[in-house]
Amino acid sequence: MADRDAFQQFLLRMGDNTLVLGHRVSEWCGHAPVLEEDIALANTALDLIGQTQMWLGLAAEVQSEGKSADDLAFLRDVWDFRNVLLVEMPNGDFGQTIMRQFLFDAWHSIMLTRLRSSSDARVAAIAEKASKEVTYHLERSGDTVVGLGDGTEESHQRMQAALEYLWPYVGEMFASDAVDAAMASEGIAPDPASMRADYDDLIGRILSAATLTLPDARFARKGGRDGRMHTEHLGHLLTQMQWLPRAYPGASW
Amino acid sequence: MYAQMVKSTGHGVKTRDEMTPEERAFQDRIDRGDKIEPKDWMPDGYRQTLIRQIGQHAHSEIVGQLPEGNWITRAPTLERKAILLAKVQDEAGHGLYLYCAAETLGVSRDELTEMLLDGRMKYSSIFNYPTLNWADIGAVGWLVDGAAIMNQVPLQRTSYGPYARAMVRICKEESFHQRQGYDAIRKMAEGTPEQHRMAQDALNRFWCPSLMMFGPSDKDSIHSAQSMAWKIKINTNDELRQKFVDQTVPQAEYLGLTVPDPDLTWNEDRGHYDFSEPDWSEFFEVIKGNGPCNTDRMAARNKAWNDGKWVRDGLLAHGEKKRARAKARQVAAE
Repeated sequence: MADRDAFQQFLLRMGDNTLVLGHRVSEWCGHAPVLEEDIALANTALDLIGQTQMWLGLAAEVQSEGKSADDLAFLRDVWDFRNVLLVEMPNGDFGQTIMRQFLFDAWHSIMLTRLRSSSDARVAAIAEKASKEVTYHLERSGDTVVGLGDGTEESHQRMQAALEYLWPYVGEMFASDAVDAAMASEGIAPDPASMRADYDDLIGRILSAATLTLPDARFARKGGRDGRMHTEHLGHLLTQMQWLPRAYPGASW
Repeated sequence: MYAQMVKSTGHGVKTRDEMTPEERAFQDRIDRGDKIEPKDWMPDGYRQTLIRQIGQHAHSEIVGQLPEGNWITRAPTLERKAILLAKVQDEAGHGLYLYCAAETLGVSRDELTEMLLDGRMKYSSIFNYPTLNWADIGAVGWLVDGAAIMNQVPLQRTSYGPYARAMVRICKEESFHQRQGYDAIRKMAEGTPEQHRMAQDALNRFWCPSLMMFGPSDKDSIHSAQSMAWKIKINTNDELRQKFVDQTVPQAEYLGLTVPDPDLTWNEDRGHYDFSEPDWSEFFEVIKGNGPCNTDRMAARNKAWNDGKWVRDGLLAHGEKKRARAKARQVAAE
């Protein structure tokens, strides 16, 4: 059953990315710089939570232990989460939030495009639906990165600082391990390393239009997608997110 | 609707003899049921009253994101989180249509926002109450949106075209929210003893503030009389409050929850429930800024606006650069 375990891990990676980022983005509700951003951020968070229901729903089905997507979202502890570190990073200022979104959306859109031709029909169906949403996320976060990078002196500096702060977390999205090798050999999902050239090309174009400078460093902080070492931030996020179902076990909401 | 105690001209309704010919022609259009459109002539008092009313409504939608946003990160299931996100997103959207409707009257969204932030304009008293347990989110949908709909449905027929059209769209979404809210609190009321207790606690805290949403009795108010003559207010506050109580009490009974009013009784002769007036001194304190959450709500909105200044400035500067570059390209091509 090694392959089923790998498949399960892959689905958790997809679903935990969208769950954790959806949660982070939803923290903005009512606090955005302008009303259109309140609407767009809520919309993005909503899409990501919807995708989480699909990915974790399938993960629970594959696991076949009678669990639900909600059980996986609300009853696992930090070490069982498989999201990349990037998405658990705090919101910071609006610039940091939108830069994190852009760096993730660029990866996400390439990933979902490839997953549309997955050998697993269920994965392909989720990717089909999600990629429409993520195309829009990328368009919006990319435009905003360009607008703020090429805006005022202050907005430029803040966006450059955000890029430098988050850049070390980009590499993890392209790290490949045994799970990825198993997925690639079955044609379920691409080897993440194979997506790096497309990614660099895509973000290079946007960041150049944004007049931002790509950091030189290639050092990558890792440990999220294999659960080996998350950041300290994730535990606090889960404390808030999971509190209610854990405080009242067995209740139905 | 989320506007309370909107001031009108303060002079009472003019008789036909007191009206100028233009005012008379305007009133005739209103009486015929015509819609007034932005470019049409309108009395200044009509314009100013509408700006206050629509502005207050828009601000309420914006501030109203905060008590609900308070629970988005703690929603107990993925589905509930998605429903709540969709609802809060709709509300921000309502704020947007309403600001657009107000802009047709010659006031900008930024001007309105600044008037909210420095306290010159108000938002509904209801959003100065806290959301303390998960059932509150159900109660807000059921009671607060329920009360808002009472006012908004008649306002679809209001005399000002852009406002009436915004209201048509808003009403569709609000009635959906109300049904979702009722479903959420039903789940709580029918759940474990702790969940039932949360539902009852939510009803206990939100009942009176919901009755206050309609504002104090305005049967003798010269402001309301003028607004009703202009059809920017369709029913009196007492009529709407009674309708809300009559609709809500049987729903509470169905849920097995107790409305926190020992004097609530069905009056066979009137064909309505008799109920206790809420504590209006509390209402006036909340309006003055002494509600449980006024300070925090305004601090949150001011922080969002101030922290966001660099973003708005940045995007504006980028827009200008883009236009300048396009113009330069055009000049070069010629």
